[in-house]
Amino acid sequence: MKGVRFWGTRGSLPVALTATGLGHKLREVLRAARGQPLDTDADIERLLASLPFALAGTYGGHSACVQIDTGGSDYMLCDMGSGLRPFGQAALAQRAGKAQTFHIFMSHLHWDHIMGLPFFVPAFIPGNKVLIYGSHAELEMALRRQQEPPSFPVGFDTIFEGRVEFRHLEPGVTHRVAGMNVTTMLQRHTGDSYGYRFESQGKVLVYSTDSEHPLADPAHTERFVQFFRDADLVIFDAMYSLADAISVKADWGHSSNVVGVELCQLAGARRLCLTHHEPVFDDAAIDSMLAETRRLEEITRSAAPLQVSAAYDGLEIAL
Amino acid sequence: MQLTTQQFADTIVVAPAGRIDHRSAAELEAALTPLLADATARRGPLVLDFSAVDYISSVGLRVLMIAARQMRAAQARLGVAALQSVVAEIFSISRFDRVLAVSGTLEEALAQSSDAALAAYRSAGRPAAT
Repeated sequence: MKGVRFWGTRGSLPVALTATGLGHKLREVLRAARGQPLDTDADIERLLASLPFALAGTYGGHSACVQIDTGGSDYMLCDMGSGLRPFGQAALAQRAGKAQTFHIFMSHLHWDHIMGLPFFVPAFIPGNKVLIYGSHAELEMALRRQQEPPSFPVGFDTIFEGRVEFRHLEPGVTHRVAGMNVTTMLQRHTGDSYGYRFESQGKVLVYSTDSEHPLADPAHTERFVQFFRDADLVIFDAMYSLADAISVKADWGHSSNVVGVELCQLAGARRLCLTHHEPVFDDAAIDSMLAETRRLEEITRSAAPLQVSAAYDGLEIAL
Repeated sequence: MQLTTQQFADTIVVAPAGRIDHRSAAELEAALTPLLADATARRGPLVLDFSAVDYISSVGLRVLMIAARQMRAAQARLGVAALQSVVAEIFSISRFDRVLAVSGTLEEALAQSSDAALAAYRSAGRPAAT
């Protein structure tokens, strides 16, 4: 396992940077550029590197889709949010003309995690194969249903012509898929969700999104600590603040940056990547949440440092 | 976990000490249960003096959230006072500073509770504002 690339990082609903938001960034960047040398491309790159990510970039707005680089020829992905569409375009550009196999692991079947499939062009191409894995009994039904009238103009079988297949994963059992050990675990979310632990070549990746953590249940905490144990990277749903997650948004099925740090520290994980960003957060709000989370990790650290990132569409993390 | 309780006029002051984490949060919850029952029954204020608390985890914060909810339902006031700097940062990062009434000192928290509580605190020989 070589690393991951994020194609969709937004929770619940895709969002886009607006003209107003872009205009604000441009004004701030131009203000920051006052008096700075800008004669060469290197000067420009230096200036951009000095700016906060919220100004020089954007976290992006596609819903959940994460690619795992296995080092092998098959593609592996977690979830099929709207980020699956740009991934599909990139995969086509990368290996045009060659048959491709895609292994896609589903956390759950809510809209924001399945909406990319009808727009996944590689699945339209004869010779390609899409294997969709999950622990929900309704996996196939949910994906067929979103392409039924009146919700979508083209039926599942009409466009996929048998190229999409389904594989059930028994929770708690380690499965071998494309050279990777894959284990799923039940998570607390309306309609259930499943976390994934991927292990290969001494590397451990955990994908745990759409998961609420009942803090009063030590057995629940211990189960997650074991699932995250010694992970090289934990991709974690940090949609809400802790105060919101246990008060006005209790039982909404999501978690917080605070619980992400605590679980990773207890588990001895090396890196935490916050994802499933709240759609109402702008780039500055996510930047600020990341800075606060890094500070929390620093002031509560009792062992080796935990590296903390916030996922954005296009982020690559090497393992 | 060490925990002391004092009464200043109508206000109960609870002062836990040390770390409030997944090991000790249940102790805090158990200790608070009768005190919250008393405070809510008479709609009297309760102040958590956090001057000796050096860490609080999400599990501990949950205990405070439950206490705040109970007090709010009874139309009684819950305050938290004298946070150490690390705990103040945890409150801010978790946004608990937006849902709980946080005071810089115990004296300020008691002043928010009632005049009688503040007077009782001062007459007990506590220093004025620090």
